[in-house]
Amino acid sequence: MNPLIEALLALLVLLGAAFTLVGSVGLVRLPDFLSRLHAPTKSTTLGVGSLLIASGVYFSQGDTLSLHELLVTLFLFITAPVSAHLLARAALHLGLPTRAAPPAVGEPRDGVRS
Amino acid sequence: MRRLFPHPWLSLVLLLIWLLLQNSVSFAQLLVGGLFAWLIPLFTRPFWPETVVVARPLLMLRFLLLVLYDIVTANITVARQILVRPRQLHPAFVVVPLSLQSELAISILTNVISLTPGTVAARLSQDHTELWVHALHVEDTEALVAEIKQRYEAPLKEVLEPC
Repeated sequence: MNPLIEALLALLVLLGAAFTLVGSVGLVRLPDFLSRLHAPTKSTTLGVGSLLIASGVYFSQGDTLSLHELLVTLFLFITAPVSAHLLARAALHLGLPTRAAPPAVGEPRDGVRS
Repeated sequence: MRRLFPHPWLSLVLLLIWLLLQNSVSFAQLLVGGLFAWLIPLFTRPFWPETVVVARPLLMLRFLLLVLYDIVTANITVARQILVRPRQLHPAFVVVPLSLQSELAISILTNVISLTPGTVAARLSQDHTELWVHALHVEDTEALVAEIKQRYEAPLKEVLEPC
């Protein structure tokens, strides 16, 4: 394999690892639950993204093309926001202490829908 | 045609996913994938009450690229915020008034908001007119609301609710 491409891929893998690490650091350093939610769900998308690009290129040598990474990206992009949304809703519902005051509304605390 | 293929876009996506899973485009896989792409929408019909009409595919593509670009740049912003000054952040809720009506458009918008680092869609009001968004660092609430509306909601409305 071309050493230039190899170096580029190594860089991508390192970059991905770095972003994932930052996500975990955020989990520790951020003050309240809802802010903490941002760190792992977010920095991780780019972290996993770089790892997947590297993996896709690495396994697409010669005449084989590796496209499974596209699927991983797709599923990640579908599931990550949904789980983040559910966690945020659960936090609101439980009234966890938060530095950002939830907007006041006339509606009662929601049950099943919305 | 409508009866046989109630959701052509869904069928197309399913076929693509099948081919990607198999990592091949041989005739046999096309046939099997085509069969699934035809049958699954038929069997899951009650789950998709709305028919999806993509009015402007090119605009949709531009929108997806924009979202991808925003994910990358916002990731870097959030990484910096976490590393440099996690204690000086001003997390806040903003309320985004929605003008979208279709459930698909609203769920795409909420997903896009949650995918872009720094903002998470936290709650949709029961009448689907307001979306609560939690942001990691807000300096100007109104600017954030305006950005979400103009950057993400407007193109979605044009593509999925053309009227």
